[in-house]
Amino acid sequence: MSRRPTAPLADVAIVGVHNTEQARHLPGKDSMSVAFEAAHGALSDAGLTPFDVDGVAGPLSSDFIYQTGIAPAWYTHNAVGIPTLLESVFAIQSGMATVVLVLSGTAGRYTAREATAPWTRPNNEMVEPFGMFTATQFALVAQRYLYEYGVPAEALATVAATIRNNGHVNPDALYYGKGPYTPQDILASRLIAEPYHLLDCASTSEGGAALILARADVAQNASPRPVYLLAGGAEQFGPSYRYPPRLDLHGRGDHDLTLQFLGRRIFERALGQAGLVHADVDVLELYDPFSFEIIRQLEAFGFCGVGEGGDFVLDGTIGPGGRFPVTTDGGTMSFGHPGELTQKLQRVIRGVQQLRGTCRSNQKPGAEIALCTGGGSGPLFMDLLLLSAAPP
Amino acid sequence: MTYLEPQLGEIPAPVAQATTKPFWEGCAERRLLFLRCASCGYALHPPAVACSHCGGRQLAWEQSGGRGTVYSWTRIWRPQTPAFVVPYVAVIVELDEGWSLVSNLIGCDSDEAAIGMRVEVDFHAIAGGAVLPYFRPLAGRSP
Repeated sequence: MSRRPTAPLADVAIVGVHNTEQARHLPGKDSMSVAFEAAHGALSDAGLTPFDVDGVAGPLSSDFIYQTGIAPAWYTHNAVGIPTLLESVFAIQSGMATVVLVLSGTAGRYTAREATAPWTRPNNEMVEPFGMFTATQFALVAQRYLYEYGVPAEALATVAATIRNNGHVNPDALYYGKGPYTPQDILASRLIAEPYHLLDCASTSEGGAALILARADVAQNASPRPVYLLAGGAEQFGPSYRYPPRLDLHGRGDHDLTLQFLGRRIFERALGQAGLVHADVDVLELYDPFSFEIIRQLEAFGFCGVGEGGDFVLDGTIGPGGRFPVTTDGGTMSFGHPGELTQKLQRVIRGVQQLRGTCRSNQKPGAEIALCTGGGSGPLFMDLLLLSAAPP
Repeated sequence: MTYLEPQLGEIPAPVAQATTKPFWEGCAERRLLFLRCASCGYALHPPAVACSHCGGRQLAWEQSGGRGTVYSWTRIWRPQTPAFVVPYVAVIVELDEGWSLVSNLIGCDSDEAAIGMRVEVDFHAIAGGAVLPYFRPLAGRSP
């Protein structure tokens, strides 16, 4: 490995992480109480108090700044996920803050269960009257890919079974102990939006998540061991859930860089900036809203060839003990899927746990480099981070 | 197998913006409208204020022939809300003028949905009075 000391984010580290309990429903809690619980868990993990924090990120940042009395503090209401972390990194790099808390939580929002979860039903006039929701948007991308490349249904089911089995063995997961699953179990579950069966899709849940970022020289004294950021990126093709999600959607410039390859540009750039090659990546904590999105990311990032993702996932490569273990905590399918920001922080928290060597399940021995991602083809955006166990 | 029909329940009605209002007014008159860029000729949808092909801001409404091809589809069994009768089929239709939109397939059995299927627009009013551009298999198609 030839990691460059000039990796663009290497002067910032993650010093604290925390996931609260994940549950279908957390009685008596609301988004704020769950988010604050996550924040205090992350502070405790980092050995810090709220008064060590001089920046707060996420939709509830203002509430945290007021209620904990740390005002005045740097803030952002950015709720996209990894872009929230990137903005916090830039605040630290530019001297606007030294220690930034990113907090999020969801509870008490999904009460009308006969409809799909509110954060999966964008109310745009061009899609809502046609019964669209997130699963249908992702399905339209997947159906076209399956038509063009002829991937067997078992490939998608193998992705879902692999990730759900990761949750089955994770004591912290929403669906801990609910498996194990075979690909046939996935295919036998009821259809949602073809090609997706229920078990190909993200779950819905309540819970909170928080991370703490600190300037690397401040982080060096942290316990447990800080995890370092190397490089990252974010990109999109347009606003989410308004335009037809065509697999061949592209901009005015590079007509080959279509929606099918969403994330390729930022991954190749980040990998190069970090001085890494694909083989250096030990764990792939990929965002898993729907099973095909894992295959799409593996191809877009170049872990396998175009149209080869189906075969790639069928031979155990992405499972625990495989060459490139994917979404090792169970992901949105099984670990938990609270709305918006919370779910997006979970993949990064898992990457940190892998590099610390503290996972309660599916720990990859000696993991040094983690790829964490967010977003997908349905909403037309993707973001990612490369994390390192070792200081740059 | 289910014969696909327009939704008759209290489904969400489109809430038009200033930019999109002519599109929905066209639907009410059973005319499918789209914007064409005066600079480069690109056909675009949903209605916008700039051409996504050349960035031009001189856009003019045109009436579509209403015929196109299914680019992708998904048969939906879990309704967005209980107002939708399942299964229904969401489609991306590429119109013959080169623009695309999201709609629902009607006028055929649900298992007839296929990429490459030739379709034509079929307007239907939903509860509350708004008119939606649904698509049905092109009349006189070869089996």
